[in-house]
Amino acid sequence: MLNNIDKHILEMIADIHGTPKGAYNIRKNGVGVDRSVTPNIEIRTKIDKPGIDIIVKPGTKGESVHIPVILTAEGLHDLVYNTFDIGAGADVTIIAGCGIHNPGDKNAQHDGVHNFIIRKGARMRYVEKHYGEGKGEGKRILNPRTIVEVEEDGYAEMELVQISGVDNTLRETEAFVHDNGHLYMVERMLTDGDQFAESRMTVELIGLDASTQIISRSVARDNSQQIFYPRVIGLNRCRGHVQCDSIIMQGAKVRSIPEISAQHADSQLVHEAAIGKIAGEQLIKLMTLGLSEKDAEDTILEGFLN
Amino acid sequence: MLEIKDLSVSLEGRNGPVEILRNINLTLEDHLLYVFTGPNGGGKSTLAKAIMGIYPAAAGKILLNGQDITSLSITERACLGVGYAFQQPPRFKGLTVGKMLEIACGKNRTCEDCNYLYSVGLCPQDYIGREVDTSLSGGEVKRIEIATLLARDLKVAIYDEPEAGIDLWSFSRLIETFNNLHEQYDTTIILISHQERIINLADEIILVADGGIKEKGRKEEVWPLIMQDATCTCRGDCNERVG
Repeated sequence: MLNNIDKHILEMIADIHGTPKGAYNIRKNGVGVDRSVTPNIEIRTKIDKPGIDIIVKPGTKGESVHIPVILTAEGLHDLVYNTFDIGAGADVTIIAGCGIHNPGDKNAQHDGVHNFIIRKGARMRYVEKHYGEGKGEGKRILNPRTIVEVEEDGYAEMELVQISGVDNTLRETEAFVHDNGHLYMVERMLTDGDQFAESRMTVELIGLDASTQIISRSVARDNSQQIFYPRVIGLNRCRGHVQCDSIIMQGAKVRSIPEISAQHADSQLVHEAAIGKIAGEQLIKLMTLGLSEKDAEDTILEGFLN
Repeated sequence: MLEIKDLSVSLEGRNGPVEILRNINLTLEDHLLYVFTGPNGGGKSTLAKAIMGIYPAAAGKILLNGQDITSLSITERACLGVGYAFQQPPRFKGLTVGKMLEIACGKNRTCEDCNYLYSVGLCPQDYIGREVDTSLSGGEVKRIEIATLLARDLKVAIYDEPEAGIDLWSFSRLIETFNNLHEQYDTTIILISHQERIINLADEIILVADGGIKEKGRKEEVWPLIMQDATCTCRGDCNERVG
């Protein structure tokens, strides 16, 4: 049974109001609490370790899967392994996300290991939001590890978002893109207070005409720290573009270390990285349109992260 | 009506404050279109920014319909109906053209975003969803900047070199837009420009040079005086170096 805190977290991380449509699996404090499947989307509990297998039948179109995780107990370290098998020619949306409400002084931690296989010609849109709240002194820790295999002619669009309230995170992402496959990955992150976030991303463009676009946008406020290591390796005739932009405020620190590595003469790889504070002219422009300085700042940050 | 009384503006220079404008006195009536013109560095944009509150007054007063707005913030002046379109508008990653126009319209007005874009020669369906970032050309950003002012309900609208970077076809549309604005609304319109086609729109021309108002009057009266003074008086001085 979900209480008001659970419902609030579900709204924040997965935009769920009431029962989600389509297939879903809701995990709370280390156990599955609710599940629904459809004729085309199966969800199975793993036998050898905690987690689920999500199997989308080949050719499934226009369906969605919600798999939110909620932690509301202090001192809990939840570890989960999820496997997503998106059948050939399918076109689906997966809404994931983890929200921690830590009421106490002990840490609450969720580590998720997600394996994606996007089969030949399949398309997948994946949205993952991380969020933390709670008045206790205990830290809210989220460490996702994501492994993505995009098969021939496959397409994966991944949006990895850290909204707010996560004290410590280590994001590790590995992706392998095969012939004519495409991976579009957007990472958005907001840290404040004394929070720390590190993101390590490696995309190997293995197949002929494989391509990827990685966009990372972050805002670091107060005394928070962020480190980014986006890396694209071209192993064939391929195209890759990495773009990292950060807005830095107050006493925050941001490091961005993009790497592009061409192992093939026909690899076309580009990276761009920029870190800076909000330009005074941007604030003034929005103020001339009637916004207060605070509203102008919020509008700029919201636009930047959205 | 906008009244400027004994206005001086100083900006921070390398060796301390530098007086950019001194003792400006000016009265600008409702429903009239004024063109500020004059040599580069003469103080036109500084005067416009002082009216908007971007630069503070070192001395003097600015009154809008009798209300002293000299100490008001940029936001407060904007809410009273003062607007300024930048000569070089900033770009915003993540903010769309539609969002900018929505902000400009404010919460209490219907946003006719398509009309504003059409007025500056942009096809709304191509631009509403685009980010105001480096993917747009300078001329496109400039036209969006002008559109944000068209979206506002203004008593005083200042356009800083609106023609800069704009192609010939869009320029004609812009002239038409300024004409329509002038005919249909009571707004005091100030255009900062050196362009004769813009100057031709003016009810009055104001020559701003050396930090002061040098001439003010109808085009027929002022234009000949401006042209007479347009010759450089410092010819040869560049070779006279001291030390």
